[in-house]
Amino acid sequence: MSTPFAKLPRWADYGLIPLINLLVAFIVAGIVVLLVGENPLKAAAVLVEGAFGSGQNLAYTLYYATTFIFTGLAVAVAFHAGLFNIGGEGQAYIAGIGVAAVCLTFDGILPWWLTFPLAIVASAVVGAAWAFIPAYLQARRGSHIVITTIMFNYIAASVMVYLLVNVIKPAGSMAPQTRDFLEGAQLPKLGWLFEVFGLSVRSAPLNVSFLLALFMAWVVWLLIWRTKLGFEMRTFGFSPKAARYAGIGEARVTIVAMLISGGLAGMMALNPIMGDQHRMQLDFVSGAGFVGIAVALMGRSHPAGIIAAAVLFGALYQGGAELAFEMPNVSRDMIVIMMGLVILFAGALEHMFRPTVQTIFASLSPRSMGVPAPKGEGA
Amino acid sequence: MFDTIIQLCDATLRVSAPLLLACLAGLYSERAGIFDIGLEGKMLAGAFAGASAAAVSGSAWVGLLVAILAAVALALVHGFASITHRGNQIVSGVAINFIVAGTTIILGQAWFQQGGRTPSLAGAARFEGITLPGAEAVRGVPILGPIYSELLSGHSILVYVAFLMVPLTWWVLFRTRFGLRLRAVGENPAAVDTAGISVTWLRYRAVIITGVLTGMAGAYLSVAQNAGFVKDMTAGKGYIALAALIFAKWKPVPAMFACLLFGFLDAASIRIQGSPVGIVTWLPPLVLLVTALVLLGYAKLKMLPVILGSLAAGVVAYLLAVVLQPYGPPPVRVPVQLINALPFILTVILLAGFIGKAIPPRAGGVPYVKER
Repeated sequence: MSTPFAKLPRWADYGLIPLINLLVAFIVAGIVVLLVGENPLKAAAVLVEGAFGSGQNLAYTLYYATTFIFTGLAVAVAFHAGLFNIGGEGQAYIAGIGVAAVCLTFDGILPWWLTFPLAIVASAVVGAAWAFIPAYLQARRGSHIVITTIMFNYIAASVMVYLLVNVIKPAGSMAPQTRDFLEGAQLPKLGWLFEVFGLSVRSAPLNVSFLLALFMAWVVWLLIWRTKLGFEMRTFGFSPKAARYAGIGEARVTIVAMLISGGLAGMMALNPIMGDQHRMQLDFVSGAGFVGIAVALMGRSHPAGIIAAAVLFGALYQGGAELAFEMPNVSRDMIVIMMGLVILFAGALEHMFRPTVQTIFASLSPRSMGVPAPKGEGA
Repeated sequence: MFDTIIQLCDATLRVSAPLLLACLAGLYSERAGIFDIGLEGKMLAGAFAGASAAAVSGSAWVGLLVAILAAVALALVHGFASITHRGNQIVSGVAINFIVAGTTIILGQAWFQQGGRTPSLAGAARFEGITLPGAEAVRGVPILGPIYSELLSGHSILVYVAFLMVPLTWWVLFRTRFGLRLRAVGENPAAVDTAGISVTWLRYRAVIITGVLTGMAGAYLSVAQNAGFVKDMTAGKGYIALAALIFAKWKPVPAMFACLLFGFLDAASIRIQGSPVGIVTWLPPLVLLVTALVLLGYAKLKMLPVILGSLAAGVVAYLLAVVLQPYGPPPVRVPVQLINALPFILTVILLAGFIGKAIPPRAGGVPYVKER
C-alpha cells in the first residue's frame, strides 16, 4: 500500500490520520445507533466501561486483542509485499486442525509448556500450507490472490464442517467439536498479571498466547525492517518493477510473504482453542481473520500500530458484548459495522482526508513538509 | 426420471436467477475497470431494504424500488472511494460487505424485533410466479408440455428479467456506443480520455448499473424466492457470482451458462443432501461436469459444442450406470459440503489456468490518474 502523496511528519502519518479516520468511522457508527433509536454517547460510555471498566473486562479485551494481533500481523506482512491476503479467516480455521492434532495427541503425555511450542509450530505450518496454494497460483500462474484467498475461505469452511461433523467428532457425541483437552493442552491464564495490580479477572480467558502475540509483533518488526527478506518484501510491495530490476525473485517473495502471513494467521487458532475453549469447535475463528484487515489498515501495517488497533478492536468486541446487555438493539454485530467503516475510511478512503491535512500542515509549517518556503517570504 | 429432471432444471433456474443478476452487475463494473468484491454486500443490502420496504408498504414493487435505491447508494460509495478518491477498489468492496453485514442485522433486529428477520411477506407484498399464456392448455402434451408449463412458466417476473438481461447486456456492450466506451474504459482509459469522454462519468454510470442489478438480485432473494429477509441470506452468492464472472471471462452469454452451472450444483446439493445415492444418480452429473471442464480447457471449444458434448457424455454415463446398477455398486454418500464448495474449487482451478485462461479487463483495479 503505497502513499502517493507528499510526506507528512511521522506522528501525523501514524497518529493523526488514523485518528481522523477512526473519528469519522465512529461518527457514522453513531448514526447507525441513532437509527436504532438509542443514544450514541450513552452507548459509547457503556462500551468504554464494558471494555476497560474492571479487571475482568480488561482481561477479556486483551484476550480478543490477542486474536486480532495475530490476524492483523498476518494481513500486514502480506501488505508489505503488495499482497492482499483476505484468506486469514480460512488459514486460521484450517490451522485449527494442526492445533487440535497436537493437543489431542499430547495432552495426556506432555505438560503445557511442551505442548504449546509443538502446537505453535503445527498451527503455523498448517496455516502457511493453506496460504501456499493461493500464493503459488499468484506467483507462478498469475491468478489474482484476492479472488483465490476468498475462494479458499469458503473451501476451508466446507472442509472444516465436513471434518468436524464426519471425522473429528468423537463417536456418540452430537456437537460438532473435538473432545475436551486434558490439562496438558490448556494454556495458563494471565490472571496473576492483573492481581499484582489488585484487579480481579475471575474467569477471563486471557492466556499466555497474548505474550506470544506480542513476541510475534516484535519478530514481524524485525523481519520487515531489519532483515534482507523484509527489505525485499517492502521493495516488491512498493514497486514490483524496481524489485524485478534489482534482481529480487518475484515468485519467491510472493510465496515467502504469503507463507509467513498464513503462519501468523494460523497461530490465531492457539488463542481460542488452547487458551479458552480447550476444544476445537465449529466456526471458532468467527470473523477474526477479517477483523485483521481492519486492524492492519488502521495500524498502518506497523506492529506497534497493529497492537494498538488490535486492543481497540478487542475493546469494541468486549465492550460490544456488554453493550448488548444494556441496549438489546445494539448487538455485537455493531463491531462488524465498525470494522467495515474502519476498512472503508482507513483503507479505501485513506486519501480523502490526507490532502486537507497536508494543506493545513503546509500552511502551518512548510518546512516540516519538505516544501521550500514560498518565494518572497521574509524578503 | 423425466419429472425429476424437470424439477431439477426448474430449481436450477430459480437459484441461478440471483446469481445471474449479480454476475451481470459485476460484468458492467469490471468491464469499466472497477473491480467489485462488494457484490455480496450490495445484494444483501438490496435483500434487506427490499423486504423491509415490501413489508411496510405491502407492495413488492415498492420493495424492488427501495432495494435498487439501497444498492445504488452503496455502489456510489464504492464509486466515490474508487473513482473519485482513487482508493483501493478491493479494500472498498470488502468494507462495503462488512458494513452491510452488520447494518442489516442491527437494523433488522431494531426495526422488526424478530431476531434479524423481516416480517413474512404474502400476497401483493411478494412477487408471485407468473403463469405464461397457454401453460395450462399445453400441460398434457408429452415432453414439450411439461417443459413449457413446469420449467419455463410459473417463475416470478425477476427470473424472466434476469434471463432477458443477458441478450440486453450483450446488445448494450457490443452494439451500442455506450458499450464500446464502457469496454474501452476498462481496457485503456487514457485513450477514452484522449477522445474527450469523461472516464469518471463513464465509470460512475457503470457502477450505478451494477447497483441497480445487484439491488434486483437482492430483492429477488427476499421478495420473490423467499418471503422475507433472513440475516446473511446471500450466504456467499455474491462471491459465487464473482466466480461465475471470472469463469465466463467477463462475457454475458457465457456468464449465463456459468450461473446455470453453479445454480445447478446448488439445486443438486439440496436434492442429494444426506442420503446415500446410487450410481445412476451420481455418475451422470459427475461425467457431465468433468467432460465439460475437459472440453472447455483442452479442446478450447465454443460454448455450444461444449454443452452438447458434455450432455452427450452425461447421457452415455446414464446408460452405463443403468447397465451397471444390477451388479450392485454400493451407494455413495456425497458430502454436501463438497458440492457447496465446488463453485469455489472450480473457480480456483480456472484461475490457475488449467481450464482456459481468464484474463480480466486490462485497466481493472487501477484508478485512473488524468495527469501524471
